Amino acid sequence: MLPAADVVELSRLQFGLTAMFHFLFVPLTLGLSWILVICESMYVMTGQQVYKDMTRFWGKLFGINFAMGVTTGITLEFQFGTNWAYYSHYVGDIFGVPLAIEGLMAFFLESTFVGLFFFGWDRLSKGQHLFVTFLVALGSNLSALWILIANGWMQNPVGAVFNPETMRMELASLGEVFFNPVAQVKFVHTVAAGYVAASMFVLGVSAWYLLKARDTGFALRSFAIAAGFGLASTLSVAVLGDESGYTAGEVQKVKMAAIEAEWETQPAPAAFNLFAIPDQENERNHYEVKIPYVLGLIATRSLDKEVTGIKDLKVEHEVRIRSGMQAYDALSKMKAGDKSEAVKAQFAKHEKDLGFGLLLKKYTPNVIDATEAQIKAAANDTIPQVAPLYWSFRVMVGLGMWFLFIFAASFYFLARRNLAPQRWLLKLAVWSIPLPWIAIECGWFVAEYGRQPWTISGILPTRLSASALDAGQLHFSLIGLLGIYSLLFAVEMYLMLKYIRLGPSSLHTGRYFREAQAQQA
Amino acid sequence: MMIDYETLKLVWWALIAVLLIGFALTGGFDLGAAALLPFVGKTDEERRVAINAIGPTWEGNQTWLITAGGAIFAAWPLVYAAAFSVFYIAFMLLLFALFLRPVGFDYRSKVTDPRWRTTWDWGLFVGGLVPAILCGVAIGNLFVGLSFRFDDTMRVSYGAGFFSLLNPFSLFCGVVSLAMLLLHGATFLHLRTDADVQRRARTAVIAFGLVTALLFALGGIWVRQLAGLHIAEIGDVNGVVTPLSKSVQVGEGGWLANFSLWPLAWLAPVAGLAGALLAALSGYLRWQWPAFLASGLAITGIILTAGLALFPFVLPSSLDINSSLTVWDSVSSRKTLAIMLGVVIVFLPIISIYTTWVYRVMRGTVTVDRIRKETHTSY
Repeated sequence: MLPAADVVELSRLQFGLTAMFHFLFVPLTLGLSWILVICESMYVMTGQQVYKDMTRFWGKLFGINFAMGVTTGITLEFQFGTNWAYYSHYVGDIFGVPLAIEGLMAFFLESTFVGLFFFGWDRLSKGQHLFVTFLVALGSNLSALWILIANGWMQNPVGAVFNPETMRMELASLGEVFFNPVAQVKFVHTVAAGYVAASMFVLGVSAWYLLKARDTGFALRSFAIAAGFGLASTLSVAVLGDESGYTAGEVQKVKMAAIEAEWETQPAPAAFNLFAIPDQENERNHYEVKIPYVLGLIATRSLDKEVTGIKDLKVEHEVRIRSGMQAYDALSKMKAGDKSEAVKAQFAKHEKDLGFGLLLKKYTPNVIDATEAQIKAAANDTIPQVAPLYWSFRVMVGLGMWFLFIFAASFYFLARRNLAPQRWLLKLAVWSIPLPWIAIECGWFVAEYGRQPWTISGILPTRLSASALDAGQLHFSLIGLLGIYSLLFAVEMYLMLKYIRLGPSSLHTGRYFREAQAQQA
Repeated sequence: MMIDYETLKLVWWALIAVLLIGFALTGGFDLGAAALLPFVGKTDEERRVAINAIGPTWEGNQTWLITAGGAIFAAWPLVYAAAFSVFYIAFMLLLFALFLRPVGFDYRSKVTDPRWRTTWDWGLFVGGLVPAILCGVAIGNLFVGLSFRFDDTMRVSYGAGFFSLLNPFSLFCGVVSLAMLLLHGATFLHLRTDADVQRRARTAVIAFGLVTALLFALGGIWVRQLAGLHIAEIGDVNGVVTPLSKSVQVGEGGWLANFSLWPLAWLAPVAGLAGALLAALSGYLRWQWPAFLASGLAITGIILTAGLALFPFVLPSSLDINSSLTVWDSVSSRKTLAIMLGVVIVFLPIISIYTTWVYRVMRGTVTVDRIRKETHTSY
């Protein structure tokens, strides 16, 4: 028996909220850890105390953020089991592997050395401590690698086969899972976005000190590191944007069409849709503004490959749903003990479409008796809501261009040694601090909402993946999670702002703004 | 090198045991020490002594739990799916308690207001106490049996709800687990602190060493009253077997049958009992390291006793005993087990080496004087 529809929706809501909340903290950890490595390398190379103070001050803010990352990360590791039991059974043989490796290879490294980063200053040589900081950065970034390999596999499930005996997907090739093109571009794109977020954070906070004319030497050095690191990272996010991953895998094609609101297949090279108001019901756009050739270039990196439109994808999916019914039919016969060659051949022929057959489960438990109307409805289900994807994507890209401008301008005026008079730029940098988070959440929304109706693209529908809990249990966990997360978020923001206001004087070295002021008074 | 599927299944039972015991031995004293916080620390500075004794290394210790979770997902996907969802509400409570730890350690001393600090001290206390109890309640429920079953597509469905988990035997196991981790936390504080904190920790070592030994022995008597399961019929365990293809019976000799089958298995309960008593004795004699090591022995012995008693079962079901999960039929494919074994063989020694190094760097007694001197950099 399938879990109730409202339980599935609540489980989705819970997973979406907890994942997006977790990802408020991850980008800063990913990027700030490297900024700490840069600051501390400067300290080791030049021996100047200010670089040590920078490492320690930004490290304090890193710690406040890191604690929230760990707190919210635990939920995600266990939520597959609690809320997505069928998913865990169906793909655990593959999906569990990167998660377990993440623990052993990355998370252990990061969490063992993070304590030493904070408490090892007087117990380690300069070089040893720098190495510890490096290991924390390496650990957190490797962690992202394995998580994105797991996530990339959900988008483009390569290297796996279905085993009718155990009723689950099983690992065929770890190499294929690891070198999954979707996972690789996702990893580079995601960590680089984290570097942008951290750079904007350091840039904005330093700009605020510069505007207040306090701790100028400290702030200017931090600003310079952030501008350089941020510029390089923004360029990598743009150049290595994960559009190139949209050609592999069924769901990726649907997403590509949805974020472009591409209802009809365009002849190559496709035009890029700069502005449109997508109309899901009538499958068309209002008020379109198009730039010729650009989409084809981005999506296929060529001038002669087509970008398939939504209407054609839907037709393809209907064919696959009918084939999936055959696969389901053969599977049921095999389960009932039919060992004939004909049934095996039928299953082998339609096996790759079994997941599309499972889309019918929500309409009819037997799948094979689906009516034409139900098949049409299931084909319709394969297309997510276009408008939210279309707009989230544009918000993300638009913000990316804005970051490029801020970092480039910061870099330019730093190089001209003419930053201080550019108060407009410093103010923009302060106000831009929250923007990378908006861009990042939009990016995740596109990736995960755009994956619907699947948890595993083309393999396992969301409707089947959830645990058969009752709604009361979900209400309990949702209320608990929302309550605790909100409270902790308020506490975290309070501490962040408190320590940002204190600035490097929170280190109690006696060298900084508020301390000097206190001594004078 | 080719290892047959049956051996791999057994090796993975051992590896999961290693990861869980690894968590109990390291994360266990963090939980215990946090749960002892109101007892060992009467002033802010004393509580900071206790917190800073575990603070720099607790994060890595908790990773044993996270990694055990990931390893269960990869090696026993059915266990991961069924156990975490059948314990849903209990699991959420565990998560809520664990939430308080990372922020508790990092945020507590960042503000000097005593109300702020007291609030976080209670948070850390709850974050230590609740997981210590819930882990035991979960183990207890394995002996009682959980309310789940599989259908022929391997979808799991549930019978009784949260309150059925709070049966007398499982609650009793929660108390055993709490006593055991309080003992472990106390031996660690006894080792790493001085003055009043150490004196109070010593009292706790003696008390909880004796309590743990007594409760564990009582548990041995109680478990004889419970009906154990045994496999009546199962396919070739060296091949693919699915949970529903076997048949399970309520067995003669309850959950203690394995101990008559393999006399060597008695070493586990003996270690559990002797370890706890030795820890109490060492505490009495002010032997710091022996007390800590003996309590580690007790934990290893107690967890292994539970594991061996249940073997080959991992997750017994009371709703449909044939749906019970065992080491033979809850596992991943042979390929996944083999790959993951390789990963563990490479990384577990590396983890052990760098963890040891970090503990060496952070060695030394945490004192009130040190907290005063390093007031801005300590937790």
